[in-house]
Amino acid sequence: MATTAQQQDSGAPPGRELAKAPTGIPGLDEILDGGLPQGRPTLICGGAGCGKTLLAMEVLVRGATQLGEPGVFMSFEENAEELTQNVRSLGFDLDDLAARGQIALDYVHIERNEIEETGEYDLEGLFIRLGHAIDTIGARRVVLDTIEALFSGLSNTAILRAELRRLFRWLKARGVTALITGERGDGTLTRYGLEEYISDCVILLDHRIIDQLAIRRLRVVKYRGSVHGTNEYPFIIDESGIEVLPVTSLGLEHEVSSERISSGLPDLDGMLGGKGFFRGSSVLISGGAGTGKTSLAAYFMDAACRRGERGVYFAFEESQGQIVRNMRSIGLDLQPWMDQGLLAFHAARPTLHGLERHLVTMHKLIREHRPSVVVVDPIIDFLTVATRDDARALLLRLIDFLKVHQITLLLTSLTHGADQEQTEVDISSLIDTWLLLRQIEMSGERNRGIYVLKSRGMAHSNQIRELLLTGRGAELKDVYVGPAGALTGAARQAQEAQEAAASLARRQEMERKRRDLERGRRALDARISAMRIELEVQQEEQRLQIEQAEETELRSEADRVAMARIRQSPLEARTAAETGGHHDER
Amino acid sequence: MSAEKETASLSPDARADGLEMWDLRLYVAGQTPRSVAALANLKKFCDENLPGQYRIEVIDLVQNPKLAQSDQILAIPTLVRRLPEPIRKIIGDLSNSERVLVGLDLRPRS
Repeated sequence: MATTAQQQDSGAPPGRELAKAPTGIPGLDEILDGGLPQGRPTLICGGAGCGKTLLAMEVLVRGATQLGEPGVFMSFEENAEELTQNVRSLGFDLDDLAARGQIALDYVHIERNEIEETGEYDLEGLFIRLGHAIDTIGARRVVLDTIEALFSGLSNTAILRAELRRLFRWLKARGVTALITGERGDGTLTRYGLEEYISDCVILLDHRIIDQLAIRRLRVVKYRGSVHGTNEYPFIIDESGIEVLPVTSLGLEHEVSSERISSGLPDLDGMLGGKGFFRGSSVLISGGAGTGKTSLAAYFMDAACRRGERGVYFAFEESQGQIVRNMRSIGLDLQPWMDQGLLAFHAARPTLHGLERHLVTMHKLIREHRPSVVVVDPIIDFLTVATRDDARALLLRLIDFLKVHQITLLLTSLTHGADQEQTEVDISSLIDTWLLLRQIEMSGERNRGIYVLKSRGMAHSNQIRELLLTGRGAELKDVYVGPAGALTGAARQAQEAQEAAASLARRQEMERKRRDLERGRRALDARISAMRIELEVQQEEQRLQIEQAEETELRSEADRVAMARIRQSPLEARTAAETGGHHDER
Repeated sequence: MSAEKETASLSPDARADGLEMWDLRLYVAGQTPRSVAALANLKKFCDENLPGQYRIEVIDLVQNPKLAQSDQILAIPTLVRRLPEPIRKIIGDLSNSERVLVGLDLRPRS
C-alpha cells in the first residue's frame, strides 16, 4: 500500500478515510462522523454569543485532557484571565491545565489606536509566537479566536489576507488540528470571508430567540472528504460544557420486546389484551383537564417500582410534592419508592428553558438513573416553548432514545376542545399505545371514560369503560351502553338498579312459568295414566268377550260331533276316530 | 538580556540637559531585507529627530521566540517606544517617516 502513504501526504486521500480528531463533545462527533479533520483547519462561525469560543475551548480542553492532545488557545478578544474565568463555569480549570502543560493560552492584544503602520510588514511575529507555543507544549490542536480581530486592528487588508492564507497553509504544514472562529457577516459566513481560506470543514453555530426563548443550533456547512450530518442540530451549553443533542441514529431497527408490563391497573391491562403495555413501547394518555391522566401515570410508575424496576417521572405541570400528595388521595404512595431510590422525580416548568435543554436534562437524568420506565407529564406543555415541529422532533428524539434502551415511555397530554383525537394527530404516529380519557357529562355529573384508541400489536378492547378514582384506588367499570347512550356515574348506578329490578322480575316470571309448565305436565300425566287404565279395562272386556265367543264355538262344534256320532254315520265316525278332533264341515 | 544588538547614541551630556530619554526596541525575525531596511530607516530617523537622546535595542524573535508573546508582537518589523511612556507601537519598515513621527507622538495625529 505504497500509494496510501503518498495519498496521506498529499492531504486529500481519495478513497481513504480522512483521519479524524475527535472533539470529545457528546453528539458532535456523531455528526462529524468521528471528529474534525485531523491536521487541518476548521472554521467555526456564527453570530455574537452563539458559543464559538466555548466550542473551540471545549474541543481544546477535551483534546488535552481526554485524548492526550495538548492545545494552544490564541485569543484575540479575551485575555487569559477573562477566558479562564469564563470557562470555569463549564468546569474547566485553565490555570491547572496550563500548569500541567496541557493548554497554552496566548492573548494577542491589538488596538488600532496604539498601532501606527509605517510601511511594509508581515505577521511573522504571530507565526513565531504560535510556533513557539506549539513547540513548548507539543500541541496537536490550535484555536485562533477570533482571528478576524486582526482586520479591525490592522488596516492593510492586502497584507492581512496574504498573511492569513500563509497562516492556514502553515498550520496545515505543521499538522495541527486548528479551529478558527469567525463572526458571521452580512450574507456571508464570516465578516471577512475566512471561509475562502478554510474550506476543509465549516461549522455554523446559531443562537436564535423564538418566543423569548433561546435556541442554539449547530450545522456542519461543509466537510470536505467526509460524510457528515447535514441537518441543524440543537445544542446546549450547561455546567458540563456543550452537548449537541443526540442524533437520531436509529433507523427503526432497534430490538423490540414482546415482554408485557402492567399498566398498574388490572382492569386496564384487561383492556390491553389482558397483559398491559409492551416493554419499550411509547404510551400516550391524552384527555381533558382532570380526567385522571396523572393518576394513571402514577399507577403505571407505582407498578414498575413494585416490580423493583427504576423509574423517572418528569413533571412539567406539578411539583414533586404536589403529585405525591395528590396520589395519596387515591391510595397511592410514591414516597417509599423515592426513599428506596427507585423513583426519581424531575419537576420543572417547561418555560424555564428552551426545548433542547429540557431534552438534554432528560437524557442526562435517564443516563444517570437508568430507569426502565419513564413518565413525561405532560408532554404537550412543550408546545409552549417550541413550535409544533420542534416539539415533535424533540418527542421523536426522546422516543427513539428510549426505544433503543428498551425503556417504556408514558406520556400524558392535555387536549382541548371537542375533537380530542384531532389535537394529537401529529404525534400519533410516534405512539404505540394511545389511551384516551374523556369527560362524560350527564345528569349533573362529570365522569371519566377511558378507552383504547390504538394499541399496536395487541388485541385490545373496543369498549369505553368508566374510570373511578376513589380513596381506595382506581378501578374501571363497564359503562352502561343503551338506547340513551353511554351512562356513567349515578346514571349508570340508577340504570344498574333498574336493570337489577327488571332482571329480578324476569327471573320471577320465569320461575312462575316453569311452575305452570310443571303443573300442566303433571295434569297431562294424570290424564294419560287414567286413559291407560281405561284402555286396559276395555282390552280386558274385549278379551273376555273373545274368549266367550271361542268357547261357544268350540262347544257347538263338539255338539255337532256328538250329534253325528249319535246318527251313526260310519264315515263320519271313522274320520272322527282317526283325527280325534273336529274338522270342517263341507 | 535579550538584546542582540544595541545601538546607542547618547551624548554624555544628554541626561544632564534634562532631555527626555528615548528607549526604542525594534523587533525583527531574522535578517530579512525588510528588517535591515527598517533598522536603517530608524537610525536615520532618530538621528534627524532625536539626536543624542535615543537608544535602540534590536530583538530577533527567531532567537527569542518567547518575547513575541510577552511583548505582544504580531507584525514584523515592530518598533516599540518603551520610554517615554506611554508605550507606542509602530509596525512596518518605517519607510514612511511622516507616519513614524505620528506613531512616536512627535507630531500630533491628524
